[in-house]
Amino acid sequence: MNLAFLFISALTVAGGVAAVALKNTVHCALALTIAFAGLALLFLDLGAQFAGFAQILVYIGAVAILVVFAILLTRGSETPKDGVYSKRWPAGLVIAAAVFAVLGWAILQTAPRLGQDSPAPSVSVVQIGQALMTRYVLPLEIIAVLLTAALIGAVIVAMHEHGRHEKEEVK
Amino acid sequence: MLEKLDQIFVLLLHWIVGFLPAFLRPATSVVLCVVTIVCVFPALFAICVLLERKGLGRIQNRFGPNRVGPFGVLQPLADGVKSLTKEDIVPLSADSVVHFLAPVVLVVAAFLGFAVLPMGRNMVLVDMDCSLLFYFAIGASTELSVFMAGWSSRNKYSLLGAMRAVAQMISYEVPLLMSSVVVVMMTGSLSLVKIVEVQNQYTYGLPHWYIFTPWGFAAFVLYAIAGTAETNRSPFDLPEGESELVAGYFTEYSGFKFALFFLGEYLAMLSISGLGATLFLGGWSAPFQFLSWVPSWIWFFGKMMMSIAVFIWMRGTLPRLRQDQLMNFAWKFVLPLTLTNLFVAAVWRFMGEGWPRWVVCSAIVITIYTLMCQAGMRRKHLGPRTYRYAE
Repeated sequence: MNLAFLFISALTVAGGVAAVALKNTVHCALALTIAFAGLALLFLDLGAQFAGFAQILVYIGAVAILVVFAILLTRGSETPKDGVYSKRWPAGLVIAAAVFAVLGWAILQTAPRLGQDSPAPSVSVVQIGQALMTRYVLPLEIIAVLLTAALIGAVIVAMHEHGRHEKEEVK
Repeated sequence: MLEKLDQIFVLLLHWIVGFLPAFLRPATSVVLCVVTIVCVFPALFAICVLLERKGLGRIQNRFGPNRVGPFGVLQPLADGVKSLTKEDIVPLSADSVVHFLAPVVLVVAAFLGFAVLPMGRNMVLVDMDCSLLFYFAIGASTELSVFMAGWSSRNKYSLLGAMRAVAQMISYEVPLLMSSVVVVMMTGSLSLVKIVEVQNQYTYGLPHWYIFTPWGFAAFVLYAIAGTAETNRSPFDLPEGESELVAGYFTEYSGFKFALFFLGEYLAMLSISGLGATLFLGGWSAPFQFLSWVPSWIWFFGKMMMSIAVFIWMRGTLPRLRQDQLMNFAWKFVLPLTLTNLFVAAVWRFMGEGWPRWVVCSAIVITIYTLMCQAGMRRKHLGPRTYRYAE
């Protein structure tokens, strides 16, 4: 519980709260980015450099941009004055609470097994790479195939619409 | 003596820090390094702008700036004073907070990249285990600032420019990363310091730079293309195409905020050149063994400025691409080539020492390149170029 941890966690929580509470959708997305950045800083604070930078690269560099693009390309940046609150927010609250409960339960289960004063593991990038290429090579490959399939699927969806438009134009 | 000249900045730092009590030393040395970076690179930015305007003037058969000082060398100072004294106009409908934050985020992200570049022997601010990953992570967050600038201006030109810029930067980030991965595969480390150290060896007086291998040469060319697109430079300068979009995502910025965007663009150029020099051109190592007495930082900054000269030359020479050409080029040409280059690098690694791997790897690179070019030409129904002259 040092000062850096308190500051970073306050930033992360503030970003998360702002992402839910702000009215303009693009502001929400930008606030979410702050939460992502805070999470990356938490990883760095814990000494997990690789996870921290991967978090920045993937979440700020790609996911945030994707969110923002999706907002702009689907409905335009104009949002109604009373915000975009859904009427079914209790359902969302229940799901969020359930996810939090599962994660909390998992963490509490592993805590006693490690013991209170076990030293923090120091993992170098080389070790992560070797683990990914030897022990965890199957999950890695499965994720690669899954992502490629998703990519091809997205391309096919886009191509189909394009083809239909052309046919309509010909008619 | 020469060794002292090589380490002059490191020695200077130790000398200054030596005056302070021990508990202040680490913090002070970090602050001094940061201040140096924050001063040196804007100075280089001023030099680059002047060089660019002069060089473009030469290429376009005119003088370029020649009014302020002898040969116009004080032009950057005049520009700086002008941008500081100009009125800062924020559009009435603009989102003022995001509009203010965008240039700040851009410049901060652009400066952070320099933290991990080794600019000379023992001259690196942060030497960490995964500095290359840090560089790319920070580079990815500049896209968000570009989007923030375009969206918050509430201007159609700005928004179109931002959309173009972000789409382009995302598309070319993939080949940029993929072409650098080859270097990581060969070095076995993500640390830029280690990458330079591996290249700083000589056989028969010639350096072990990665550009002098088949896969390294291919990766360097692909990196240069992707890096040019990533920094929104001509011929990939669609996001700020003056003839179509006024100025793209920074149309609504004036005064010093505009200058910050300008600074951010040139800092990105400088840092991507520096990273290219580090990855493929041996960083601070000398091009020949008999030249290794020259201070290491001269080589690094020399290589950086050479890349800037090439950037300026390309801007004066090449016409701008069209949006569909840009995207097709990224996804159908550059990306497949980077993927094959990964394969070539793996072949190189597992064939071991000796001349056969040179032959095999060069053959694969040249064959794939030729086949892809021919396929592309056939798809576009393009034949050999013909010229018609007036008679």
